Amino acid sequence: MSRLPRDLHPVAWWLWALGLAAGSSMTTNPLTLLLLMTVAAVVVAARRSDHAWSGSFRLYVGLAIVIVVMRVVFRLVFGGVDGGRVLLDLPEIPLPDWVAGVRLLGPVTQQSLLAGLYDGLRLAALVICVGAANSLANPKRLLKSVPPALYEIGTALVVAVTIFPQLADSVRRVRSAQNLRGGPSGRVGRLRRFLVPVLEDALERSLALAAGMDSRGYGRAPGLDSSARRLTGTLLVVGLLGICVGTYAVLDLTAPRVLAVPMLALGSVAAVAGLWSAGRRVDRTRYRPERWQAAELLVAASGVVVAVAMWEVGRTQLFVAHPGVDLTPTLSVLALVGCLVGLAPAVLAPPPTSTVPKGAPALEEASEREAVAAR
Amino acid sequence: MIELREVTVRYDDASAPVLDRVDLVVEESELVVVSGRTGVGKSTLLGVLTGLVPRFTGGRLSGDVLLDGASILHAPPRERADRIGYVGQDPLAGFVTDTVEEELAYGMEQLGLPTATMRRRVEETLDLLGIADLRARDLRTLSGGQQQRVAIGSVLTMHPRLLVLDEPTSALDPTAAEDVLATLTRLVHDAGLSVLLAEHRLERVLPFADRIALLTGDGGVLVGVPDEVLPHSPVVPPIVELGRAAGWQPLPLTVRDARRRTRGLTLPVPTVVPERAATAPLLAASGITVTHGRVVALREVALTLPTGSVTALMGRNGSGKSTLLWTLQGSGRRRAGEVAVGDATPVDPAAVDAGQRRGLVGLVPQTAADLLYLETVDEECSAADAGSGTAAGTCRALLDRLVPGLPGDQHPRDLSEGQRLALALAIVLTSRPRVVLLDEPTRGLDYPAKRHLSDHLRSLAAEGHAVLVATHDVEFVAQVADDVVVLADGEVVSSGPVRRVVAESPAFAPQVTKILGPPWLRVDELALTSGAAS
Repeated sequence: MSRLPRDLHPVAWWLWALGLAAGSSMTTNPLTLLLLMTVAAVVVAARRSDHAWSGSFRLYVGLAIVIVVMRVVFRLVFGGVDGGRVLLDLPEIPLPDWVAGVRLLGPVTQQSLLAGLYDGLRLAALVICVGAANSLANPKRLLKSVPPALYEIGTALVVAVTIFPQLADSVRRVRSAQNLRGGPSGRVGRLRRFLVPVLEDALERSLALAAGMDSRGYGRAPGLDSSARRLTGTLLVVGLLGICVGTYAVLDLTAPRVLAVPMLALGSVAAVAGLWSAGRRVDRTRYRPERWQAAELLVAASGVVVAVAMWEVGRTQLFVAHPGVDLTPTLSVLALVGCLVGLAPAVLAPPPTSTVPKGAPALEEASEREAVAAR
Repeated sequence: MIELREVTVRYDDASAPVLDRVDLVVEESELVVVSGRTGVGKSTLLGVLTGLVPRFTGGRLSGDVLLDGASILHAPPRERADRIGYVGQDPLAGFVTDTVEEELAYGMEQLGLPTATMRRRVEETLDLLGIADLRARDLRTLSGGQQQRVAIGSVLTMHPRLLVLDEPTSALDPTAAEDVLATLTRLVHDAGLSVLLAEHRLERVLPFADRIALLTGDGGVLVGVPDEVLPHSPVVPPIVELGRAAGWQPLPLTVRDARRRTRGLTLPVPTVVPERAATAPLLAASGITVTHGRVVALREVALTLPTGSVTALMGRNGSGKSTLLWTLQGSGRRRAGEVAVGDATPVDPAAVDAGQRRGLVGLVPQTAADLLYLETVDEECSAADAGSGTAAGTCRALLDRLVPGLPGDQHPRDLSEGQRLALALAIVLTSRPRVVLLDEPTRGLDYPAKRHLSDHLRSLAAEGHAVLVATHDVEFVAQVADDVVVLADGEVVSSGPVRRVVAESPAFAPQVTKILGPPWLRVDELALTSGAAS
């Protein structure tokens, strides 16, 4: 395993994060959940690069905290389970009959608060896992890892991601420019003053980008014969139908069983074959493609191990996975070790490359140039 | 190598064709400059070669485009990408990826080149353009000149035969522009590339041009070596103006050429312009410090704008010019420093609301179109009158003084660059500010339009305004400015009367100064007649 700095394959980070997320969705034990969140945070801190998107983890943490607080406050306001140890005896606000089933305030029990807290923690853990993936893996590189057949869609998504910060710049620029002139100050007039230039600007930019991409060869049509095109089309349609019917049959237990798993499998195979066939005719190469190496495998595996361990805990040690609100939550060796396996990428993944070499760009230079570039 | 035959382009709403049976041949390893007044169809001509016209612009195209004898008229731009590379006006708008290296490789990925070839060509191109140290940088953090070079590199990796550039230096400061042009010349000489470029600032590109294609305005095009074409050109750089005035044959194209000829030139005795008596400053700023996060954008900048004068604000891309304008206007937040506007009872524009601020300081932003949002010129004018509480017709009267007879029912987007700027300026002036700030107003203006603008700014100053213009255009500065302030890295490095500053910093010297030495700035100062040369 190489210790040289390099960027890990984004799919590996996502598999790891999804493993952690799957693990946390299988338990309501606050200790396990907190442990998983800490694991995610530690790995982010250890292996985050200095790219722009890497700073987003803080936002996810903020969102997670808000979720937990909201859950608990909801329990306070709308009451909860009856019975249990009353911590705070609030008077219940009488509501008319037609909202029967909803209780406003009323006695606050330890159980209802804990239930809210555990529930919130579980959601928060999911959010933090997704946030960890987002700040560890370059979202654009992830989009670029799509199969060749979906290349066009992938590029469109990459461009859309790029456009957003530019749109924000445009909004800021137009807002300050409109303050420089007199004009209607009513709400509709102001909105129009503001929207028209921003939209015009966005349209102009998109046209410029489309022209730029076209003149650099985007969407060059390779010569493909009609039979190959028909085959690809047929495979994709069969695949789609198969997956739809199969999914329906799997969920609807009254449907004939032959339509369930076999149909789903057939559909998936046809879809994969269709994508492969579509990708085969794509005459395009990739500059420095992401390579799947040992480190990627280990990182992805550590996520899978977490998910499997949590599933095993849920199956065999019910009281560890779901301690309920009446018992003190405990940890078992399996749960503890299972969670800690998720820490492995902090050591196993190679350190990220640095994007900002010496002589880091001045921010003001960039912002001024954006104004220049807008024309 | 590439040949246009009888090319005619007609846009649907126009009566006359933009290009009328144009023939043009670009040979191997040749740099051809496309010149002409604004709006005569320079971009259209470039678009015909790249295939963007009529696919992205509409209109009808007839005639033929031949590459090595084979017609490529019906090939879309993407099919021409490996042979014709195109770099648009705004490099940032055309970037598809987000780092330098990926951007260089993007075109090759589309062509389906093998990985090893891509690696090799990326490295070669990084070296060729001198941007190897930028390889991992985010494209948006590069300076204007660097972005332009990356944009050129990103088409070079596809090894095109012809490179088509639309105003490659218009957003660049003089030094960065020279870098880019030197790079292009090197490619033409060493790599055998052919280059076709459109440019307004002929003084920058003329020394490098092998031939000029001059669009005459009636759909025709005049092609030839600069010596043949320039005598007929309505747009000429100051050096050619000087040559014409002095009656030099053939016309000089480079400063070196012209210097040698000056020996026989009898110059009038320079009239010593007395330093103007210090008038009361209309705007006085001191100690202005602006920070963006941890970056210091402006550090203790002091500046005064006297009544009746035009001041030019210069400096390389990113030196803080725009920031300074917005701070003086009052909308930009400053960390320290004072701004006082007005001669009787000075007011700080940052301390009053947006409406009052407009009456103190007017600012025409870099993108004049940001100010405009209505469908017709008349609507824009009446909205400006209503918004600033002036009598109806004020804005229209101001506009008529700037560009007489602009049809009131025209859409602002359909106006030419110069007309749109005039409209924005009229709207800003409607609030009757006495201090007027302009951010890069000369972009996309040809020489006559620039002269027009400088006349307006002079007359505004004469009426008791104080004008500050941020610009890269040294020739424009020579025409319009009394004083110059040069910013570098957020600090004032030199300031004073234009003749003194220009004599101190050669990078900002106009061509006439380079040829004749200070104190000369403009050809019209010399009062030469065709017989003046001995």
